[in-house]
Amino acid sequence: MAKQELLKVEGLKQYFPIKGGFLGRTVNHVKAVDDISFTIYEGETVSIVGESGCGKSTTGRSILRLEEPTEGKVEFQGVDLATISKRQMRDYRKDLQIIFQDPYASINPRQTVASVLNEAMEIQNVLPANKRRARIEELLETVGLLPYQADRFPHEFSGGQRQRIGIARALSVDPKLIICDEAVSALDVSIQAQVLNLLEDLQEQYNLTYLFISHDLGVVRHISDRIIVMYLGKIVEIADKHSLFENPQHPYTKALLSAIPVPDPDKKKERIVLKGDVPSPIDPPAGCRFHTRCPFATDKCRTEEPKLRTSDLMKEGHEAACHYMEEISAGAMQPNY
Amino acid sequence: MTKYIIRRLLQTIPVLIGVTILVFSLMHLVPGDAAKIIAGEGASDQTVENIRERLGLNDPLYVQYGTFVGNAVQGDLGSSIRSGRPVMDEIGARFWVTFELAFYSTIVAVFLGLIAGIISAVRHYTLTDVTVMIIALFGLSMPNFWFGLLLIQWFAIGNWMPESLEFLKMRPSGWGDDWRQVVLPVLTLGTGGAAIIARMTRSSMLEVIGQDYIRTARAKGLTERIVVYRHALKNALIPVVTVVGLEFGGFLGGAVLTETIFAINGMGRLTIDAIRTRDFPMVQGTVLVISVLFVVVNLLVDVSYRYLNKRIDLN
Amino acid sequence: MISKDNVLEVRNLQTSFSTDKGEVRAVDGVSFDVPKGKTIGIVGESGSGKSITSLSILRLLAENGKIKGGEIRYKGEDLTKVSEKRMRELRGNEISMIFQEPMTSLNPVYTVGQQISEALISHQGMNKKQAMVRSVELLKLVGIPSPEKRVKAYPFELSGGMRQRVMIAMSLACDPEILIADEPTTALDVTIQAQILELIKDLQERLGMSVIFITHDLGVVAETCDYVAVMYAGQVVEYSDIRTLFKQPKHPYSIGLLNSLPRHDIDQEKLMPIKGNVPSPHEMPTGCRFAPRCPAATDLCRAKMPELMTDDSGNQIRCWIYSDEWPGEKEVNVYGETRIAKG
Repeated sequence: MAKQELLKVEGLKQYFPIKGGFLGRTVNHVKAVDDISFTIYEGETVSIVGESGCGKSTTGRSILRLEEPTEGKVEFQGVDLATISKRQMRDYRKDLQIIFQDPYASINPRQTVASVLNEAMEIQNVLPANKRRARIEELLETVGLLPYQADRFPHEFSGGQRQRIGIARALSVDPKLIICDEAVSALDVSIQAQVLNLLEDLQEQYNLTYLFISHDLGVVRHISDRIIVMYLGKIVEIADKHSLFENPQHPYTKALLSAIPVPDPDKKKERIVLKGDVPSPIDPPAGCRFHTRCPFATDKCRTEEPKLRTSDLMKEGHEAACHYMEEISAGAMQPNY
Repeated sequence: MTKYIIRRLLQTIPVLIGVTILVFSLMHLVPGDAAKIIAGEGASDQTVENIRERLGLNDPLYVQYGTFVGNAVQGDLGSSIRSGRPVMDEIGARFWVTFELAFYSTIVAVFLGLIAGIISAVRHYTLTDVTVMIIALFGLSMPNFWFGLLLIQWFAIGNWMPESLEFLKMRPSGWGDDWRQVVLPVLTLGTGGAAIIARMTRSSMLEVIGQDYIRTARAKGLTERIVVYRHALKNALIPVVTVVGLEFGGFLGGAVLTETIFAINGMGRLTIDAIRTRDFPMVQGTVLVISVLFVVVNLLVDVSYRYLNKRIDLN
Repeated sequence: MISKDNVLEVRNLQTSFSTDKGEVRAVDGVSFDVPKGKTIGIVGESGSGKSITSLSILRLLAENGKIKGGEIRYKGEDLTKVSEKRMRELRGNEISMIFQEPMTSLNPVYTVGQQISEALISHQGMNKKQAMVRSVELLKLVGIPSPEKRVKAYPFELSGGMRQRVMIAMSLACDPEILIADEPTTALDVTIQAQILELIKDLQERLGMSVIFITHDLGVVAETCDYVAVMYAGQVVEYSDIRTLFKQPKHPYSIGLLNSLPRHDIDQEKLMPIKGNVPSPHEMPTGCRFAPRCPAATDLCRAKMPELMTDDSGNQIRCWIYSDEWPGEKEVNVYGETRIAKG
């Protein structure tokens, strides 16, 4: 079966102006997302990973136009969401839903669960009013809550249950794509596993597509089909799950993977400890943005920006943005720690 | 920091322009012809016309405004209609009286307010805290003029005053050279301010004491005294400084009632008298000076806030 | 247990908080040892009482918190009983602590140097100048570049990772016997976390102190600790050496926790979560606190709370399966793994 494109992001840029000076002019920009492109196919889970400030959350928000993108295309089933009117966009919100890290912050604490879900359905006009109550109870059961809990208030639920409410709300409008922005990050491990399993079950059941934004590579490996690694507003590597974890090519990806503590005391591995901090996205380094921390950086890296490309070392669909992937793999370059 | 101060100074320019426009409009907003009012009832048309010419009222508005600002910048605010003396001289004579009153009142307010606030915060939810806060609430709710009158009643007029406090008695001449006469008006103004500062200090201290860095300080093994006074107080004072500055500004411009009650010849009384006698140049002058003072005090508050709160990015 | 050379022994610690809804026993019967020069991890999910345990050791609880029972033995003294003055002598001097949020744990209005100096001045009687010199050395020790300059910096001028290094420098100022690290890397990005973990490990080796590492991250535990105490609902349910916990966990909660963890280093088919939620501190189960969620729970588990029992290897476990009274099968299936009951 041919893969069906669902969402295609092209050259997306999201700059936030910094006001300053005497008259509050725009003196500079935070280049939160700086020219990224990727495609999501129907029914798959694509994850964006990276550390704070890499632009992963902004990407999700720009796709939904919660921030107006500065530049670029966001094609959803062939329609460029970035250029349609706000009114048209409202219709598309039915197809694209988002789940946040803290569902409590996005739910009105004075509304019962039923009225939260009802409101979502009413705005998108998904069901006649008289059929909604039955649907609400069905939704609650789907996400592992009990129908009688429909008339409770959000504060009566635990963190994991609230996240289930957030999922139920997203599901209530029959979306095609759900963006999960750190949706399980705040949950304890035992609860997180419950919610991850739920998300997987729902995907199967409703043929959902997920864009999963997370800093937790364990979660990402578990849930994703393909993974995008971002660093300072740029995509540095994109690959299917196995290629990325077993055959990472970009030095940043390698460092990131090696930095995560492994819950196995017998696995003593070589750890690449990166020097220094992530530079500011206001004034990102020229050339390759990773060069300030990269153990292999050369003069070329400092001046010339590497493009995403594939190489003989990689499977189809695996791309990384590094000038020296081949040399590093062949051991022809020595790291300078 | 210097950059910030310069920027902040520049930002006061539009404010000052606004103030001068408002003050300038005073003259033109009063019902009737200002020249006629100045000339008084029954003055001949010729006199009125002369006054108009002298005040430049026949010129276009923008020219008048320009002249007004130009003169004001050079310290010339015209002459009082009542006394004929330059407005600036009259204000100059009274300014220091009000300044002194405001200054001492602020000191009293800060002193009493801080002590009360800190005690309340350190012993929060105890009887001490509740008592102090109830007193503060009284201080806050009691109007100045009422409290002032009470003080006069108790200390000055009442016959039960002990010999040693005789000096508090008001003299018919009002504000004199005797510093001791400052006591009652300063208490009147200062207690109200102290109440505000006490409440502000308390809530600010309570917030700060709950912060992570206070726990860090305790984890270092510091004594509770150092934790409270070195680590908590300096942070808690940041919002209090703003209040203190605003209070000082308020005392400068708003001591009218206190000055009236205690017969002090300060700026407040000067303003009131000028309004009562329709002494327009004088009204303009006092309002302008008080406004400028307010702007300056605000500027100082902002600068000190920045200084204390180094977390704020100075750019 | 294993070694007699313990610097700290916590026995049956009980810490309560008075709240609007009544008294909450956040820590209820916590016991563990801290061997000299070793790192012990206290791991648990939110509400397990791990942070309260660490704050209890230094007696830094919030005003409504109180140690209600048990002992905290440090070099022959019971820290639950010593005077506040003696406690101050120990804090930051012999036992020091670093916290989760490096962003808010430093006082914003004092320079880094001033804050490090404080402990030196109050515990070691240095004057300001000596303390500053030592502060620069400490900043150098924790790997802060150009320490002479940074010593005059305010916290807001430093990144999160740098601030956590400053916190570490501060805690090491007086060469402590024990360093308590309460989720020291949770607020940091993973590449920065790696830096800080390396630093703590390296410093521990060089300075020979004991570390109590409080975390919810099993990966961090596996990489840094020698022994680990697993906490659940205010109690230690398992205390063992690190290999045993990860290779052959005994308590059903430990097994469930490890099975719930999405791993980045291996492929997993489906996660096997623990069902249900952590019990509310207001309505603790009467029997074993994990019984309502435990796949192997019996009537005995629901009725009677098991004690923390020590096995032959010196590891400790709070579970009926490993007692003589176990009423169930000899082979117990816990989350797809088989455990042999004692009885």
